[in-house]
Amino acid sequence: MNKPVKPDDTGAILKVVGTRPIRPDGVEKVTGRAAYGADLHLPGMLIGKVKRSPHAHARIVSIDTRKALALPGVKAVMTSADMPDLAAEHYEAGESASNLKDLSANVMARGKVLYHGHAIAAVAATSNAIADQALDLIEIVYETLPHVIDVEEAMAEGAPILHDQMFTAGLSETPTKASNIATKHRLDRGDLAAGFASADVIVETRYSSAAVHQGYIEPHACVASFAADGQTQVWSSSQGHFVIRGLCAKLLKLRFSDVRVIPAEIGGGFGGKTTVYLEPLALVLSQKSGHPVKMVMTREEVFRATGPTSASVVTVKMGAKSDGTITAAQVDLKFQAGAFAGSPVGAAVMTSLACYDVANFEITGWDVVTNSPKVAAYRAPGAPNAALGVECAVDELAEKLGMDPMVFREKNAVRNGVRAPYGPVYKNIGYVETLEAIKSHPHMSIPLGPNQGRGIAAGFWFNIGGESTVNVSINEDGTAIVSTGSPDIGGSRASMAMMAAEVLGIGVEQVRPIVADTASIGFSTVTGGSRTTFATGMAVVQAAEKLVIDLKRRAAETWGVEIDQVVWQDGAAHCLQAEKAPKGALTLAALAGSAGKTGGPIATVVALNAQGAGPGFGVHVCDVEVDPETGHVTVLRYTAAQDVGKAIHPAYVEGQIQGGVAQGIGWALNEEYVFSTGGVMENAGFLDYRVPVASDLPMIDAIMVEVPNPAHPYGAKGVGEVPIVPPLAALAIAVRHATGVRMHDLPLSPSKIRAAIDANAR
Amino acid sequence: MAQLSYLSPSSVDDAVKALSGPSARALSGGTDLLVQVRSGRAKPDQIVDLKRIPGLIGIRSENGGFVIGSATCGAMLSEHATLSKIWPGIVEAANLIGSTQVQGRASLGGNLCNASPAADSVPALIAARAICVIAGPAGTREAAVETIVTGPGKTSLAAGEFIIAFKLPPRGPRSSDAYLRMIPRTEMDIAVAGAAVSLALDTDGVCTSAFVALSAVAPTALLVAEAGQALIGSRLEAAALTRMEEAVRGACQPISDKRGTADYRTKIAAVLAHRAAVIAWNRAKEQA
Ligand SMILES: Cc1cc2nc3c(=O)[nH]c(=O)nc-3n(C[C@H](O)[C@H](O)[C@H](O)COP(=O)(O)OP(=O)(O)OC[C@H]3O[C@@H](n4cnc5c(N)ncnc54)[C@H](O)[C@@H]3O)c2cc1C
Repeated sequence: MNKPVKPDDTGAILKVVGTRPIRPDGVEKVTGRAAYGADLHLPGMLIGKVKRSPHAHARIVSIDTRKALALPGVKAVMTSADMPDLAAEHYEAGESASNLKDLSANVMARGKVLYHGHAIAAVAATSNAIADQALDLIEIVYETLPHVIDVEEAMAEGAPILHDQMFTAGLSETPTKASNIATKHRLDRGDLAAGFASADVIVETRYSSAAVHQGYIEPHACVASFAADGQTQVWSSSQGHFVIRGLCAKLLKLRFSDVRVIPAEIGGGFGGKTTVYLEPLALVLSQKSGHPVKMVMTREEVFRATGPTSASVVTVKMGAKSDGTITAAQVDLKFQAGAFAGSPVGAAVMTSLACYDVANFEITGWDVVTNSPKVAAYRAPGAPNAALGVECAVDELAEKLGMDPMVFREKNAVRNGVRAPYGPVYKNIGYVETLEAIKSHPHMSIPLGPNQGRGIAAGFWFNIGGESTVNVSINEDGTAIVSTGSPDIGGSRASMAMMAAEVLGIGVEQVRPIVADTASIGFSTVTGGSRTTFATGMAVVQAAEKLVIDLKRRAAETWGVEIDQVVWQDGAAHCLQAEKAPKGALTLAALAGSAGKTGGPIATVVALNAQGAGPGFGVHVCDVEVDPETGHVTVLRYTAAQDVGKAIHPAYVEGQIQGGVAQGIGWALNEEYVFSTGGVMENAGFLDYRVPVASDLPMIDAIMVEVPNPAHPYGAKGVGEVPIVPPLAALAIAVRHATGVRMHDLPLSPSKIRAAIDANAR
Repeated sequence: MAQLSYLSPSSVDDAVKALSGPSARALSGGTDLLVQVRSGRAKPDQIVDLKRIPGLIGIRSENGGFVIGSATCGAMLSEHATLSKIWPGIVEAANLIGSTQVQGRASLGGNLCNASPAADSVPALIAARAICVIAGPAGTREAAVETIVTGPGKTSLAAGEFIIAFKLPPRGPRSSDAYLRMIPRTEMDIAVAGAAVSLALDTDGVCTSAFVALSAVAPTALLVAEAGQALIGSRLEAAALTRMEEAVRGACQPISDKRGTADYRTKIAAVLAHRAAVIAWNRAKEQA
């Protein structure tokens, strides 16, 4: 067990950090009081709805909205003609960058529709039913075009081209022909041919995975109000209201100061709520109608027009010496981007070999546009797809070498001082410790029965820092408010309150953490990249420390001593010269009560760009049983170990690990976008898009390994993304050992498994 | 915007009248109908709630068998100890529908008349040789369960007709039933294939009667007579089960869709029928 001490040289004992208090947002949520995106009602509010493309790919010949506009109760109709026609411009939005021209054409089709469900017009009306009727009255003439959804087909010669002006970037010579390949990425080191030449054993293999959706329970929802003087307000649930503000302002050419975005409670995001879909449309409809406009997607719209993540094809060639040393690796990653460039293949390239110390490698990535919804970030974007290929290849190689896959991984594991494939030299990483945590776990020695198999896989995610603003103020009674600009998607309010309480020396229940709107606090980028506890947490600690200095100064003045004669402990100032403080210590409440006499309100702001995020590693082991007749997979046991740096609130860290694993199991076993030959998603609902239900999952045992990150005051690394990286491979490997068949294409649905078992028997 | 009216008659006659309109729809638990109205798939102008009609909810014994009101919810079926003991297959099939919440509403009448090929309770009712009691403008009639559904979403019920109750025949000793379905998840899912088996045994454990019915492998649930025949005279020896599986596979005419390939559905139907037969046989032996 780690002792609860600060990982710096002070060795101070921690009282709050590392404990498990009840989350401050818990009661509101479980009693139904929390106000989510769809819960706001304003006087005179209209309902906005979107008309969507019935075709996967078509030229828009004409749009006639006159009949819809004439319908009583319809107050506004919009198309892309009502939005500025923007030039291509790069906009950095936290975890993912957007091209504003593409984003504009994604939220409202311009010239062409590029996927079934692509928004083409929107209406605002006085009721749901009238809005629905109005959508039916919009007349659109299309010229349909051939479409392509499969990533390899989209790359092939003669494929239907989505964008006439897309010429592949990253090639050695500039292409002259338009292509669906937006970018070729490449990362290499050493001498690949020599590496393979020195290998005793080589495997070459290929794994594919289907497009999956983030599956957040709350559909996208917002209310927008555009006042006559140009001031606007937007209420929406997102992972970053500053990014919503930035994107709305950029897409509609508004002043940032005129766009105030108020964060609603968020019902899940997982990366998918880091961009805009409805907000700019609601603003345009509000401006045109003169009323506030509310827009809420149906689940079907969420599936057809938001998210998902990329379908991918990963091929891996890997060679090793007979002693198990990997000598060379060649990885090729093809990623579906959806209708516009920007799949997470870049991150897939960088993470694919991040667990392995390989001297010679070449990694290639292809960002490919397809007639499907534009992909959005999803927990560790790109890394699970890459890990599926690489971890399965590692298992195949270990098998060919006759080596225990755990020993094989340890032998080739990255350690401190090793240069990561993506550039930097690893420092303070806990990969080997995480491998050891699984190796020595009782799970590993549970015997397996017939039709049962065990799979082990590892995973990596960078974790990021980035920009955050925090305001900490002390109330008149000595309680505290911590305001951040970071939406709480995983229990971050609890962690923020805990870190502030730790520094101030008060109980966590004395601290009220809130997420402030874009006009009430300085810029903070999205809650994403597993950055918030690290970066916003760093700002919270710095702000609280500034307040402690201020409080000590106030006490020193009261007592008439030098500030170095004051120590701050257990929420009070103590004077080292006892005779100067006859009434004893000055508590936070006492100092707050007399603040008017010692300089006024006690409050401070810290705005920073956090550096030094620590990468995270996870190692998972799972046991499955496969029914050989039905192909049904039962997950019997699952243990996930992860280097978390320092768990600020261990229960929420465990929750993040369990949640990531649950989503990874869904991705591995049953989730997938099923498209008809016409390019229509056939399973746009939770009945046939099968996320796991509670009874599908075993208790997921989360093991927290704590190798502290010295860049954070308490040692935190990020935790939310790593746990979705290994499960795809862990499940595929477990199924292989349960059935004797290697399945190469996710999801591992029952019918596919039964077919593979039958084919193997023949 | 179309108007939607809601009626809740308390007599069979009023219900028949109310259902005679061109786009009136019967409502039992509403777990299919309301979902379809919300999504726009069903656009009735009148909804006729059957639950207040005497006899539509409840289970009673009659002439040695059971009569189950067509709007009786799944939770009431499982709470009925004798029904659960004598017809465990029907009860387990009905209880597979949805979740605890759905069980408080979902009914056998709704499950049948929604006319989904994948409805879970239907093969169990067919294998049990259940009879529907149907009210309509011309009075009351009876019909076997397998005659009601004519295709996906289509029934043989005429305008104004609705199902009042299901009659289960008297049950001798050493008889029982079972239902199994295949779903990719463990609950909250739709059958990729399902199989119900109802058996009666003699004192030596030899099948004297056997009925096998399937779901999700054809446009309607199927009663596979040859499959039942294959089991009669056997104690479920391997050869009999193999013949039964062959008959099941021969009867399947599934489609390939997002829920499974035709080939897979056919194979699974035989696997499920085999397993359900073994369960029913073991249960029957326990029934003195
Ligand atoms: C979350 C969820 C999960 C589900 N899971 C399953 C499942 O696992 N397996 C399964 O088979 N189904 C499932 N269903 C579908 C549904 O619950 C069942 O079909 C249920 O039995 C329908 O019964 P009901 O009483 O709710 O029918 P209703 O919705 O009231 O009616 C269904 C149809 O039958 C008609 N109808 C109703 N009663 C009568 C009557 N007495 N006479 C004539 N017509 C009538 C209605 O007009 C309507 O067309 C699920 C539904 C939901 C919402």
